Amino acid sequence: MSDEPLLQLRGITKRFLGVTALDGVDFTLRAGEIHALLGENGAGKSTLIKVLTGVHAPDAGTITLTGKRIAPASPKDAEQAGLSTVYQEVNLIPALSVAENIVLGRQPGRFGFVNWLAVRRHARKALARLEIDCDVDAELGSLSVALQQMVAIARALDLRAKLLILDEPTASLDEKEVAELFGIMCRLRADGLGIVFVTHFLDQVYAISDRLTVLRNGQLVGEFPTASLPRLALVGKMLGRDVSDESGRPASASTATKNAAATVLEARGLGRRGAVHPFDLTLRRGEVTGLAGLLGSGRTETARLLFGIDRADTGELYLHAQRAALPSPRNAVRLGLAFCSEDRKREGILPNLSVRENLIIALQAKRGGARSLARAEQEKLCAHYTAALRIKTADAETPIKNLSGGNQQKVLLARWLATQPELIILDEPTRGIDVGARAEIEALIAQLRADGLAVLFISSEIEEIVRTCSRVLVMRERRLAEEVSTADLTPGRLMQAMAGAHEES
Amino acid sequence: MKNPDSRPRRPVSPLVWLVAGLALLVLLNLTKNPAFLRVTWHDGHLFGTPIDILTQGSRTMLLALGMTLVIATGGVDLSVGSVCAITGAVCALTLQHGQSLAVTLAAAIGVGAAAGLANGLLVARLGIQPIVATLILMVAGRGIAQLVTDGQVLIIKHAAFEFLATGFVLGAPFAPLAVGALYLVSHAALRRTAAGLFIEAVGDNETASRFAGLAAARVKVLAYVFCGICAGLTGVLIAANIGAADGNRAGENAELDAIFAVVVGGTALTGGRFTLLGSLLGALLIQTLTTTMYNLGVAPAVAPVPKALVIVGVSLLQSEKFRALVARAWRREGRSGA
Repeated sequence: MSDEPLLQLRGITKRFLGVTALDGVDFTLRAGEIHALLGENGAGKSTLIKVLTGVHAPDAGTITLTGKRIAPASPKDAEQAGLSTVYQEVNLIPALSVAENIVLGRQPGRFGFVNWLAVRRHARKALARLEIDCDVDAELGSLSVALQQMVAIARALDLRAKLLILDEPTASLDEKEVAELFGIMCRLRADGLGIVFVTHFLDQVYAISDRLTVLRNGQLVGEFPTASLPRLALVGKMLGRDVSDESGRPASASTATKNAAATVLEARGLGRRGAVHPFDLTLRRGEVTGLAGLLGSGRTETARLLFGIDRADTGELYLHAQRAALPSPRNAVRLGLAFCSEDRKREGILPNLSVRENLIIALQAKRGGARSLARAEQEKLCAHYTAALRIKTADAETPIKNLSGGNQQKVLLARWLATQPELIILDEPTRGIDVGARAEIEALIAQLRADGLAVLFISSEIEEIVRTCSRVLVMRERRLAEEVSTADLTPGRLMQAMAGAHEES
Repeated sequence: MKNPDSRPRRPVSPLVWLVAGLALLVLLNLTKNPAFLRVTWHDGHLFGTPIDILTQGSRTMLLALGMTLVIATGGVDLSVGSVCAITGAVCALTLQHGQSLAVTLAAAIGVGAAAGLANGLLVARLGIQPIVATLILMVAGRGIAQLVTDGQVLIIKHAAFEFLATGFVLGAPFAPLAVGALYLVSHAALRRTAAGLFIEAVGDNETASRFAGLAAARVKVLAYVFCGICAGLTGVLIAANIGAADGNRAGENAELDAIFAVVVGGTALTGGRFTLLGSLLGALLIQTLTTTMYNLGVAPAVAPVPKALVIVGVSLLQSEKFRALVARAWRREGRSGA
């Protein structure tokens, strides 16, 4: 491995409408090195990649490639400079053949005519370099996702690339396919390529990367040789907490729950291939159960299984000890479940409908279309929740899209509370909302627990989980890995569980 | 959080533009023919161009009623014209076989509902794009109608049946009265129950609606079934109006008129909020447009051109991007002029 830097980014800064996405970030990649780029949501990974590939122009900072300053103005520019990128979603054209995809946009030939013989030859050569065995005339869409991914790499490397950027290439691959991909990455490393590897899976970071760079909130946390940074320390750096931080939980949440509380929902061996490994889970009345884990650990997938959005392949669900089938969210709602999605915009709000309509829709759905809530009753519900949750809106007839994120979130919470659920699943309810609203939502959760609801609380923020939950289930690599009970619920302990550190060192 | 400008600016109701357009058309007609709005009593019933417009327009109004709900779910039904042809043919057959009017109407409703169900299942259960799914029946429907009539134009001689399209009740034309009543009943059924809200929710954000516990697929299927029933009844009106079932020509291009009526009435093709009154006025506008062109002596073969221009204009006005573009061009023009 040479120590000559292949790529150097210095002081890269990027602002979007006053929000600083990258703040003076440095990044160094050496030839013949696989370099993992890590960070939680909003850390600035994708912005950095986009600056590097010419999608965004940096507001400040320099990019140096093999000693020469470059300023890619477009992805095409970056490609020509020798930077190749493979994005998470394969962005090739499924209806075209493998060969066509590999040469698309730079077909050999002249006067608009394509030299198909040369196209095939070219494609075969590109695939042979990666030792991929595949028919260049096959339709791309007919191949497995893994093979498509490799074709994407072959396409990217086609241009005498010096540097390959892989943006979460393993997100949709199974273990065997990941191993194949790693084989190719090692081969390219041996050829002297520099590879930037963006991923959420810590196992993979330790399996293949030589070095890693951690970003947080748009700032550089540091660059480390992978072998010398223990897992726990890495997670600490990603989350911005010190490993030694063992500060206890605030007293407010330490009210222990009665173990005898009635079970509301129980999952036995529930799982779905490619989403979540089978897990057992018990949710009780008057208990806030936290679901923690790094991004991509399978938290949302778990919630979706419980709420009937995705079908489980294996396992059973019991509601009040009765076997329950949850083929759809509709059934779940009728059985007294509620689910506040993390994706407020896509899966939560009805943007053009009024606050009132957004608020009553779940209750109305539960009652069925024929038994309409009287308008007076609807307005009473609105008035009640607007006051109780301090929703700020001009009036109940304002379209919900005009509200701020925090107030939209409160309306969605009210939507579910109005159905008087027995179990409410909150997936990142405080994401993207201001501090005041956040505190109010945390207070509300405490109130719900006191009222005897079962709450499943999903969050990326350790502090928030420790403050709010009675016990925490920790997910790792799409597996429900362990439970941290009330007694030893501290940020440090939780972080350890999220990193899976105790299993190794 | 203080939000001084959070006072909702009530958007200008699209109905304002509609009514203005209607008024403009009427004015145009009045300059050519001062007696345009005159209604007289003749042969024991009302008589005049406005009555004509209402009677002729009742078919588009009825189609637009069903189309409104389909469009509100974010879909579209291109097959309604062909469904009209099928039901017309079926009615002719049942009447020829000596069946009563009630049986005939039931058959029309049944055929329409079946067609709507087929469309709805394709769209909501199989996830086929509405345009593609309903295009199937739009094309195949003509063939089905030809099969039913055996390729002939079937003449219908049935006084009670013809009354549906051409009769008068207490001097007022029956068809527009019946369609108006259907609008009222539908409005009550949609707004008194939560059905209207469900349709708007599914059209506004289908995923979110499903996650809120709505049977989004069922809501969509029912919208298509309702649209099919409206198309079936329109087929009755068409056959009754000309006293014949013509598998080839009945309801030709009727789907386009219906879609136009809905869109110009203020229900966006992207789905969500719908207004039945808007669709009713939209259908009235398009019939007035047709009658105007007829009065101005525009050849029927050319008539689609001005109609198309109006449709393009309305669609552009609805596009936020286009409005922004125009506004920007306007400003730039102003700067360079100054």
